[in-house]
Amino acid sequence: MPPLIHARGLTKRFGEFVAVDGIDFAVERGESFGFLGPNGAGKTSTMRMIGAVSPITEGTLSVLGLNPEKEGPRLRSRLGVVPQEDNLDQELTVYDNLMMYGRYFDLSRAVIKERIDELLDFVQLTEKRESKVDALSGGMKRRLTIARGLINEPDLLILDEPTTGLDPQARHVLWDRLYRLKQQGVTLIITTHYMDEAEQLCDRLVVMDKAKIVAEGSPRSLIEQYAPREVVEVRFPAGVLDDVADRVEDLAPRTEILADRALLYTDDAEQTIADIASTGLEPETILARRSSLEDVFLRLTGRSLVD
Amino acid sequence: MATPLAFRVVESEARVYRRTWRSSVVSSFLNPILYLAAMGVGLGSLVDENLPSGVEGLSYLAFLAPGLLVATAMQTGAAEGGWKVMAGIKWLKTYDAKLATPIGVPSLVAGHMMWSGARVLMVSVIFAMVIAAFRVAPLVQSLLAVGPALLVGLAMVAATTAITARLEDPTGLQLYFRFAVIPMFLFSGTFFPITQLPVWLQPVALATPLFHGVELSRAIVVGTDPAVTWWVSVLYLVAWIAIGAFLAVGPFRKRLTP
Repeated sequence: MPPLIHARGLTKRFGEFVAVDGIDFAVERGESFGFLGPNGAGKTSTMRMIGAVSPITEGTLSVLGLNPEKEGPRLRSRLGVVPQEDNLDQELTVYDNLMMYGRYFDLSRAVIKERIDELLDFVQLTEKRESKVDALSGGMKRRLTIARGLINEPDLLILDEPTTGLDPQARHVLWDRLYRLKQQGVTLIITTHYMDEAEQLCDRLVVMDKAKIVAEGSPRSLIEQYAPREVVEVRFPAGVLDDVADRVEDLAPRTEILADRALLYTDDAEQTIADIASTGLEPETILARRSSLEDVFLRLTGRSLVD
Repeated sequence: MATPLAFRVVESEARVYRRTWRSSVVSSFLNPILYLAAMGVGLGSLVDENLPSGVEGLSYLAFLAPGLLVATAMQTGAAEGGWKVMAGIKWLKTYDAKLATPIGVPSLVAGHMMWSGARVLMVSVIFAMVIAAFRVAPLVQSLLAVGPALLVGLAMVAATTAITARLEDPTGLQLYFRFAVIPMFLFSGTFFPITQLPVWLQPVALATPLFHGVELSRAIVVGTDPAVTWWVSVLYLVAWIAIGAFLAVGPFRKRLTP
């Protein structure tokens, strides 16, 4: 079976500015596919081209076997989109928002009513059915936007930074819902600059930086490929790190010196912590953790994902 | 059969309107009643005392009412094409939400025009009923004036939408209302004949869509002779609608589906 999304040399330019620079990727049916990268990496531009709301500048793109350029309305009728910024109708109730959206897809009122019941149950908003959107919390609005994106039972759900701006609890509720969708076999495309989100939700992902794809693979394989097993984070009082940077760099095969802390990549965190103690350095805090996609990104670009 | 995309936009606008329809209908009645009472009857009694032969042969109330109907349609059209579009593109981004569905830019603009036309129609029909209640003309005759009112309203929806879609912030829209819409409302032959204007300003008034609608409406309701042949005025207004709608599609595309 051909992939659900197939892009070759996909490019988006706005005048002189190159937002997406000749990227290749393929997404299979039932897969949960991520675009990980900092703000401005070209993730949203890519999503908008896939969603057939932004014409491609160069290259080829096929989504669900359709050409977004020529078959936009037909393609969009089979997509669900959860945009970065909530664009619900604030004045209307939760129910009216979903009914209105379903009608854009020309679904009958009876069918929409049935789906609203199911979807509100799924996103845990049944009690808010008659509330105005205005009165909902940020997390609830996001969940409603996801329900709205599912009203046409899409073949592909596109989520652009689904949990940006949410508190940790709301994020976990949302992840849980998305994980269930994934289990039901819905194909998901997710952009994020949170590595933990990518690790939780994505079967496979590409890392984007400056309009290009810089790495591709499963979260686990990327971490194995680009980062040693463990990381020791060492924090120093303000100003001290610059003076001791040389000594810190000798402590591990690979180190990253950031503004406020140093990262030591190692296969044995315990040994590294012991080494730090024996050098007589006096860091404020020492934290050992497993390496993450954040470290992969740092390795690939020399910069932190979230500034 | 599939519902045309533009109709789906109309339905959604109607759903939003349903939330405020009561207050909207009340003010649609109240506005003409207050205006016709204060200016038509109140101020009109002064005018009529000083002008025994009337304004173009009419009592001031009879002169004012058909013009004000169209002027109100003009303002309704400007509001629908102004703040509403600014909110859809920028403030609430509801247009983005629509465009993620099968609806595309041309159907979005077409649906917006149709719904705005429906709003102009509602306001104008109510106004015509008030005119009949003030005994300016029989109901059927005042209702016929809804035709030119709709043309002017749509011309303003189209032109205002085309302008708003090019604006980054509300300041430009405020200026547009202050220096284009309000002067047009006041000086396009609604409150006094444009022959009272300085000679150099008369062509400006003549170029406004409102002037043509006012002349048509007055001819229909109280039987005056229009200053411009009726079908020329009709064509002129249709041209405004077509050109405005055409000019709106470009910036919609540029802003919403770059």
